[in-house]
Amino acid sequence: MPSNEVIQGLGLDDYKFGFVTDSEPVFRTRPGLDAEIVEQISARKDEPEWMLKRRLKALRIYESKPMPKWGGDLSELEDTLRQTYFYVKPQEQMERSWDDVPESIKETFERLGIPEAERKILAGVGAQYDSEMVYHSLKEEWEAKGVIFDSIEDGLKNHPELFRKHFGTVIPAADNKFAALNSAVWSGGSFVYIPRGVELETPLQAYFRVNQERLGQFERTLIIADEGSRAHYIEGCTAPVYSTDSFHSGVIEIVVNRNAYFRYTTIQNWSNNMYNLVTQRALVNQGAHMEWLDGNLGSKLTMKYPSCYLMGERAHGEILSIAYAGDGQHQDTGGKVIHVAPNTSSSIVSKSISKGTGRSSYRGLCKVYDGAANARSNVECDALLINETSRTDTFPYIEIDEKSATVGHEATVSKVGDEQLFYLMSRGMDEAEAMALIVRGFIEPIAKELPLEYAVELNRLIEMEMEGSVG
Amino acid sequence: MDNAPILNVAALRAKVADEDLEILKGVDLTIKPGEIHAIMGPNGSGKSTLAKVIAGHPAYEPTGGSVYFGGEDLLDMEPDERAQAGVFMAFQYPVEIPGVSIANFLRTALRARLEEDEELDLFDFQELLMDRMELLEMDPSFAQRPVNDGFSGGEKKRNEILQMAVLKPSLAVMDETDSGLDIDALKIVANGVNTLKRESPGKSVLLITHYQRILNHISPDVVHVMVDGRIVESGGPEVALELEARGYEEYRKAHAA
Repeated sequence: MPSNEVIQGLGLDDYKFGFVTDSEPVFRTRPGLDAEIVEQISARKDEPEWMLKRRLKALRIYESKPMPKWGGDLSELEDTLRQTYFYVKPQEQMERSWDDVPESIKETFERLGIPEAERKILAGVGAQYDSEMVYHSLKEEWEAKGVIFDSIEDGLKNHPELFRKHFGTVIPAADNKFAALNSAVWSGGSFVYIPRGVELETPLQAYFRVNQERLGQFERTLIIADEGSRAHYIEGCTAPVYSTDSFHSGVIEIVVNRNAYFRYTTIQNWSNNMYNLVTQRALVNQGAHMEWLDGNLGSKLTMKYPSCYLMGERAHGEILSIAYAGDGQHQDTGGKVIHVAPNTSSSIVSKSISKGTGRSSYRGLCKVYDGAANARSNVECDALLINETSRTDTFPYIEIDEKSATVGHEATVSKVGDEQLFYLMSRGMDEAEAMALIVRGFIEPIAKELPLEYAVELNRLIEMEMEGSVG
Repeated sequence: MDNAPILNVAALRAKVADEDLEILKGVDLTIKPGEIHAIMGPNGSGKSTLAKVIAGHPAYEPTGGSVYFGGEDLLDMEPDERAQAGVFMAFQYPVEIPGVSIANFLRTALRARLEEDEELDLFDFQELLMDRMELLEMDPSFAQRPVNDGFSGGEKKRNEILQMAVLKPSLAVMDETDSGLDIDALKIVANGVNTLKRESPGKSVLLITHYQRILNHISPDVVHVMVDGRIVESGGPEVALELEARGYEEYRKAHAA
């Protein structure tokens, strides 16, 4: 086993950091994937028999499904997968101290204005967490209301029936190759249950759970918002995720029961060697309301299409997404809305920015089943190209089997023009500031939906990205 | 020293950046602090190009001569550096910046003028903005609208004047700000310029225009006539009136001869 782990890239074009730690993970499986490895993972987690069987079945599905030929270029992925450690028990074993974190990374955090506590987590410094007290008081409040907010592993252990009832029901292993892979090797993620009628004002934030496996390569999250509840869950943050992994394949399943409201926000910035292939889907029941707010920055290739399955009458789904493709990056993102019941409504607003040789694709599906009378859907996708070499494509799939449905689709592509830049520069902004302001304006309709601190971080991140974008 | 020119253009030549098309063929122009100059000329005479070359528009390339602003060589500076030095150009066709409010835009422009360790106090900014809008008799809600996005011609000009009032340049170049305006919009521009001049008489204005009518509302100290890339006549306000009466044809012929 190598004694050095090279910790790669922060995913910002101009901020590539690499450093070496001497810490050895306590346990990890050998590279590659087979049934024995799946058994090891399950045994490590001390799982019930049914979960092991599910994992093994999912592995067979994974092996039987061909690599997707659409979306992004996955031709080099098989090689990556052969070398991937599918399970590494990480984090607290790393015992990295803040003093060991390179200055350059601390500086990036400084410039991003990330709170001290969050910086330490991002840098992989576990244990000490200044906000722990805050979390504890919130946790008490949540517990009093019967809210469950656990790691996915603890969810399975502590709430076996609730877990088993819903796990894999929104995204079965057979859904797609990477959902199958995740179902076989999942590790880390959250388990959330909001009881009937409970309304939470404070968002549930994944980074509160520091001492657990927060964001694995194969994170799995299961959320159940019961009837009439209201809650907001926030995953990740705009700071670059700092990772040894070159492959991330998460599965997020959400059940939104009758008349409940749920919003899931995720803003992630991956290192630029990363394949990020995520399946996230919500089942939205009668009168319920689901919102995905999805931001994708960094990575080599991201393929991610948050979905709303509108199962009950008057169910409503919204998908707001921002993608940023820098040099050499491909963001293949969008959303899916499936109208199954009458009087359902949905809206997708997708904004992408491509810089340098970056490429962003909007890929979306709007499907209205026969019988989903008066279903309404509106899709708006806007692309902004920063340089001549930047690229964008739109792949809207619309399948309507219901005559009374109303579906709208609008797409725009704009380029940052010389005239626009000159206008801003003639007011005293330098080129990077001017560019950042144009981009900020472009994403404003979505950024304004973010909690303030996230919007601020996102704006700072974009400013940093825009430095050196001109030339 | 007091009477040293704020702008000194000498034998300036410029061409379209991507083409071999020379537009300015040796322009001389001197503006002193506090003066209002008007440049009039027919279409294609180069008057608008002169404004853009002063502001540093990338579509034009200076090929000879010099432009000094105070003691600084403007042609050596980027557009943002020129703006920070105190040059402001009101655009003939202001550009839309969707999603960016006028307030945010101006805050960013002011922040760009600060040293690295300085911060722009939000309350100070708000006070400045409200003060400027009051001076120009504008509704405060105007500052919350996205820059030029869906604006009428008059609103765009109003926005240019507001920016000028907030940024307080020592030289304002009005690039055909009056063209295509109805009389009400024209008055907005004229009132704005006059109000700012009253407030700070030391500021200079270079008014580029095709028509004499704006000069009924703004009184220039010097009027220049530009034909075929050169200034062919300079004088007092009477030049504008003569021009109005006789047209450009005479100058064009005289110049061609």
